[in-house]
Amino acid sequence: MARRRGGPRPERRKKSNDRGVKNETPKEEAIEVEGTIVEPLPNAMFRVELANGHRVLAHVSGKIRMNFIRILPGDRVLVELSPYDLTHGRITYRYK
Amino acid sequence: MIAIKSAREIEIMRRSGKVTAAVLSTLIKTAKAGVTLRELDRIAEKGILERGGVPTFKGYHGFPASICASVNEVVVHGIPGDYALKDGDILSIDIGSTFENYVSDSAVTFGVGTVSAAAERLMRVTQECLMLGIAEMQKGNRLSDIGHAVQEHAESHGYGVVRALVGHGVGQKMHEEPQVPNWGEPGKGIVLRPGLVLAIEPMITEGTWEVETLKDGWTVVTADGKLAAHFEHTVALTEDGPRILTLRDVLEHDDVARFRPKEEIAA
Repeated sequence: MARRRGGPRPERRKKSNDRGVKNETPKEEAIEVEGTIVEPLPNAMFRVELANGHRVLAHVSGKIRMNFIRILPGDRVLVELSPYDLTHGRITYRYK
Repeated sequence: MIAIKSAREIEIMRRSGKVTAAVLSTLIKTAKAGVTLRELDRIAEKGILERGGVPTFKGYHGFPASICASVNEVVVHGIPGDYALKDGDILSIDIGSTFENYVSDSAVTFGVGTVSAAAERLMRVTQECLMLGIAEMQKGNRLSDIGHAVQEHAESHGYGVVRALVGHGVGQKMHEEPQVPNWGEPGKGIVLRPGLVLAIEPMITEGTWEVETLKDGWTVVTADGKLAAHFEHTVALTEDGPRILTLRDVLEHDDVARFRPKEEIAA
């Protein structure tokens, strides 16, 4: 089913190009990857091994914290990575 | 936020795509003059459920059916009602199924009985647009390269590219980021990387690209009443290039062999 067009207008991006600004990936475009918890760290942080083998430091998203979702070593989780810093992530989902 | 799919997720989406493609093939074979759109919808819903899927469209923002059936000047999102197909109509069927939580989305336009040469040409060019778009979905290319290829091909034949609707990312939801326009300058937008799954869907019109939505809130028709065609595939970008997850056994373009998922080459 075709999606109705919405969101940021392409014209806006075009303008920034006219000023000679490099067309960068917008901020909200985080990379989502699956991973497995390796070890818990202080301050609700975890070492996560990603599907591609990389190990990253990930903190727990506010939504997960508010709902008291417990995360243990070995759990499979969804991690959001910032395209700017691929070594830090945010855990957004714990698979059941 | 753009979700990158793991190999495991893409494998599930491939199976989801098989459900969608199989049901769509059945519908293509069934759609003859005299058949009502409502009957097609019923067959589609039954076919998806029988194969262990769930019709994705039904109830999506209140859409009342499992397929979109769009005849002649209807571009997309036609609600399948009591209209009976006539010889010479062109019908596009858009179908989506959710299988193990993953969505696949596909559409095809074809003639009922014998259609005019102009309609044949429109459908052929639109399908070529889809294939050219898919061919641009390569690692390292940018998002707008896809739309640019579609637009170039359509406009070189004097056709219009619908601007009001776009393709989209697919995954656990039908409409995910990014939006995939069928037009644009090349080299803009995000860099494509393996794990991206997109529904690429050129909507091409015989006349102008302006469209209107009817009072039912869904049916999108061409503003000038001329014909429109719509083809769509769910395509995964892998390390080895684009792979079409919704390949059918009927009415497929001759060029699809190189986009066939690996598992199927082995089979």
